[in-house]
Amino acid sequence: MTNAAVHMEGQLHTPAHGAVATAAVHAKGQQHPIKLYLVVWGWLFVLSTCSYLVDYFGLHGYLRWSLILLFMVLKAGLIVAVFMHMAWERLALTYAILLPPIAVMVFVTIMVLESEYTHFLRVLFFATPS
Amino acid sequence: MAETVLTHAGQSTAQLEGWRGIAADWASDQRAFKNVSWGKAMMWIFLLSDTFIFSCFLLSYMTARMSTTVPWPNPSEVFALNIGGNHIPLILIAIMTFILISSSGTMAMAVNFGYRRDRVRTAALMLVTAAFGATFVGMQAFEWTKLIMEGVRPWGNPWGAPQFGASFFMITGFHGTHVTIGVIFLIAIARKVLRGDFDVERRGFFTSRKGYYEIVEITGLYWHFVDLVWVFIFALFYLW
Repeated sequence: MTNAAVHMEGQLHTPAHGAVATAAVHAKGQQHPIKLYLVVWGWLFVLSTCSYLVDYFGLHGYLRWSLILLFMVLKAGLIVAVFMHMAWERLALTYAILLPPIAVMVFVTIMVLESEYTHFLRVLFFATPS
Repeated sequence: MAETVLTHAGQSTAQLEGWRGIAADWASDQRAFKNVSWGKAMMWIFLLSDTFIFSCFLLSYMTARMSTTVPWPNPSEVFALNIGGNHIPLILIAIMTFILISSSGTMAMAVNFGYRRDRVRTAALMLVTAAFGATFVGMQAFEWTKLIMEGVRPWGNPWGAPQFGASFFMITGFHGTHVTIGVIFLIAIARKVLRGDFDVERRGFFTSRKGYYEIVEITGLYWHFVDLVWVFIFALFYLW
């Protein structure tokens, strides 16, 4: 019976499939209006263009990095929330999937400190700094 | 033995929301993920593990780039192309990005039509997605060829820090492999959709299990994840 959500697909040809984010959505599988996907698709194009323009106009420094990260996070959020339907899943699944990557952020912090240190030692002993 | 009748099998009608819902779901009997089939839950867990793999690649790239004293090659220049006499920075990568996003859009629509049991449109959209994916891999092959011809190797390159090549080939190579597997996955499932396997609940060749249209969504999860990874590679490797 684990596929109960899918078994109920049969009744889906009723006009009811337009409803978004109601509890009934889960019982029928992830069913959302096409328009929503098209809007998100459009936004992904806009955001990608923006992040390309960051490079095209040769922005640099903290402005460049923060814009790149901003567009990256927005795109990733749209894809996960809408295209991958995470916005409509139960929190038990959402948190099980979205919280563990925090460990990656911890790892990033550790490696930033570590590579700063490595760079420092290399400058000190081997090379001319870049 | 009257008590053995299945009561909902985890599909209780009234489910708590918010933090109480999380606690109730995780503390409940047999299933933590209500409303989600085992197939979808397992795809999500696989994607989580894949997230860690790609994170490790990007992290090692970050560590190499931050700790080297040799200048990092400028990706904007390395991936520039001359089109019609104009020197356009990073244009190939931008086109690849748009192709992959388009493929995500068609995939999302395929999932939608799948749940409406529109066989032909679902299969057609999945095949369009696969075609976009194949185009992407083709452009990546072109990019690899160009860079290899210019002398980029995993141990060195003409422009700067030798780790550039290793990072580039590992990260884009692993991502390209994922896209390739995704294209094969898409074609296999599109064939099943077109044949009507999920309408007649035909049993799978390997698993002997009945298939449902949900597999289209599960395939979609994988495909969107490939696009998601590219978002991070594009931002952190190509644009940084």
